[in-house]
Amino acid sequence: MTPAVLLSGVVKEFGATRALDQLDLTVRGGEVHGFLGPNGAGKTTTIRILLGLLRRDGGEAAVLGADPWRDTVMLHRRLSYVPGEVSLWPNLTGGEVIDLLGTLRGGLDRARRSALLERFQLDPSKKCRAYSKGNRQKVALVAALASDVELYLLDEPSSGLDPLMELVFQEVIRELRTEGRTVLLSSHILAEVEALCDRVTIIRAGRAVETGTFDALRHLTRTTVVVETSDPIHGLSELPGVHDLSSNETRAQFSVDAADLNRILEHLIEFDVRSLTSSPPTLEELFMRHYEGETATSDRPAALASAR
Amino acid sequence: MNTLRGTIALTALALRRDRFKLAAYIFGPAALTAGMLALWRGERHELIVDEVHSFATTPAMRLFGVASGASVGGVFMIRGYLLLAVLAALMSTFMIIRHTRQNEELGRAELVGAAVVGRHAGLAAATIVAIASNLTLAATLALIGIANGLPTTGSLMAGLAVGAFGIVFAALAAVTAQLSSTTRGASGLAAAVLGVAFAISGLGNMLGHADAGGQRLVSAWPVWLSPLSWGQQMRPFGGNNPWPIGLFATAAVLLLATAGFLATRRDVGRGILADRRGHAEAAPSLLSPLGLLMRLQRAALLGWAAGLLGFGLIFGAVIKQVPTGATAEWYTRMGGSDEIMDAYRASMLAMAGMTAALYAVQVMLRLRAEEADGRLEPILATAISRQRWLLSHILNAGLGALLLLLVFATSMGLTAGLVLDDVAGELRTLLAGALVQLPGTMVMIGLVIAADALLPRLASVVSWTAVTAFILLGPLFGAATFRLPQWAQDVSPFTHIPKVPAAEFAVIPMASLVALASALAVAGLVAFRRRNLTLPV
Repeated sequence: MTPAVLLSGVVKEFGATRALDQLDLTVRGGEVHGFLGPNGAGKTTTIRILLGLLRRDGGEAAVLGADPWRDTVMLHRRLSYVPGEVSLWPNLTGGEVIDLLGTLRGGLDRARRSALLERFQLDPSKKCRAYSKGNRQKVALVAALASDVELYLLDEPSSGLDPLMELVFQEVIRELRTEGRTVLLSSHILAEVEALCDRVTIIRAGRAVETGTFDALRHLTRTTVVVETSDPIHGLSELPGVHDLSSNETRAQFSVDAADLNRILEHLIEFDVRSLTSSPPTLEELFMRHYEGETATSDRPAALASAR
Repeated sequence: MNTLRGTIALTALALRRDRFKLAAYIFGPAALTAGMLALWRGERHELIVDEVHSFATTPAMRLFGVASGASVGGVFMIRGYLLLAVLAALMSTFMIIRHTRQNEELGRAELVGAAVVGRHAGLAAATIVAIASNLTLAATLALIGIANGLPTTGSLMAGLAVGAFGIVFAALAAVTAQLSSTTRGASGLAAAVLGVAFAISGLGNMLGHADAGGQRLVSAWPVWLSPLSWGQQMRPFGGNNPWPIGLFATAAVLLLATAGFLATRRDVGRGILADRRGHAEAAPSLLSPLGLLMRLQRAALLGWAAGLLGFGLIFGAVIKQVPTGATAEWYTRMGGSDEIMDAYRASMLAMAGMTAALYAVQVMLRLRAEEADGRLEPILATAISRQRWLLSHILNAGLGALLLLLVFATSMGLTAGLVLDDVAGELRTLLAGALVQLPGTMVMIGLVIAADALLPRLASVVSWTAVTAFILLGPLFGAATFRLPQWAQDVSPFTHIPKVPAAEFAVIPMASLVALASALAVAGLVAFRRRNLTLPV
């Protein structure tokens, strides 16, 4: 089966700045794929290339097997899009915008439209200028989700939604997956990605630094271990693979590289283990690992703060 | 005065934000004034007498200027006052609305209002800046008059007549900014009042009569209802009547008091007039790019059409009075024929043609606004190609311009036909002549497309500069008013439009203009297909 999205070595430059630097991205058909990175990492640029709004300067791109720059119109009948920054025509109503965008895409499902309006509690007869940011976001969401298409490209779709609406949004995305549709979900809200996505790609400065299922990603990283023993623990800090150790006599907390876990357990048994908890790394820890060390030197702190 | 707290800081902020705009607003009218005075200063006295006489005695021409005696200053008031006053009114309106309603609409006022700032501070700061700029404008214009050797009292009166009208419109905009909840709505209301003021002034002047010497217009009573006439009735350089300044001052004070009162009656971000609800579902006519554009442009098109309808009715009604003398010579130069009636028809049609082209430029530049403001992105993410989007814009602008021309020709044909007792003949002549104007509009449409595709960030500046230059070099100003050399007139596409019915219809210039328009449009279509969109970050 051809992947829904396949980017390899994609380069995009704006003047002297290189927004995408040899980006690789594969979204398989039928999966919800998380696209993670702080603001400015290149998420929106990537999606705009997938839509044929921007022209790539290098590399290969295929969306549903077609070239997004050449076959734009044909492709757009098969996908729908929620932009990151939603601006609407102030003197049209939300309902009119939904119908307009749906029809221009090639049709929208009336039943889905009214069901979504109901679930998102959106009043479609208000003029767009009168909507709050969250309601403008809902207009864009309903317009995109009411279309019966194969691929949904969502650029930070839940920004501005309140927690209740965020739950509705997650429900809708799960239903799409059940129906076998493909979703590319760009986000910097880690909990949302963790709750929804089958696989995830982490992007940093225009490059994919990590991609795979959570489980696979976790294997590459450290597990946090908290252990209590009867006898005082010693010698832990000399073992290879142990990091961030804090201990007092019979209690120790540390993180450990997956490859060294076995040897360390053998070492701990000597001290008569009474309790042991190990927790896999959270997505947040994964994410932070790739952005660590940058905060001091670059312009990332604001991005990181918002990524939390 | 707690509600005025923070006014000084906000005034400084407004001045800082507007420093380049203000300079341009003062410099533009000043340059215009200096240019006109330079043009008329060396003119023979007989020519000035002729000019003033025709404005005093021709009803249609009284629409544009009030004659108050033959002098260089008098001609300047006739030719320049209306333009300067409208510029001052627009500048004041935009200035007030930018610092009040727009701040609220964009949420800046909320940020400022949360600080130690009184309810009226924003409005007061905007008013202070607007009054100060209008007084500066008045002083500048007076100085230019004095420097060009015009009488001192007249120069001061002329400057004040412009500045005071600007101040009244600043006060009016302060009211409309309270009424409407949007920038567009507030500017639209103020512009509508300006249109009504122009119509009332025009009516009052057309109903008036020339005095015994034929050099001075005695206006009819309706002029006192329109602030636009108050400045004219001050009669700078022709009697210097100061007391309309009292009318200006009273109107400004009343309007500002109303604005201040209304500001206490509403929530921040809201207007006194309630936002109307709309349709929960789209009408089928909206559901295409062309349908969307027509809907977005509907109000503007209606406004332009109403204006052209009015002018058409008036220009047709006065066709019998098209005089001999200086005006006749002007029509002949512009219309390019000695047959005075046909020259008149041709010049009116040329004027309507250029108006349609201005409309087309305004509408086409929505192309730019939609892209830069991010509304194009969701459209092009649907199954709409870039070519179809551009073609929809072309069709929308072209159909709108065509409608405007037909409205003008029909209304002028009706009244002219009634006056001359040949409605069918007038309609036929004028409608045919109106269609001949279309290639001028087509060239402008092509030019905007090419500019938008090739130089997106400069598209607006390039397009407005081009259309202004073409109009100034064209038959209306370049040939008739400024008498420019032929090569300069030839730069303008409007020069090449056959002056039907005064001249024979000619295929070659028409075909050349259409070919030029198509070449520009095709270049634009190709370039737009190939370029990155300039999207908001």
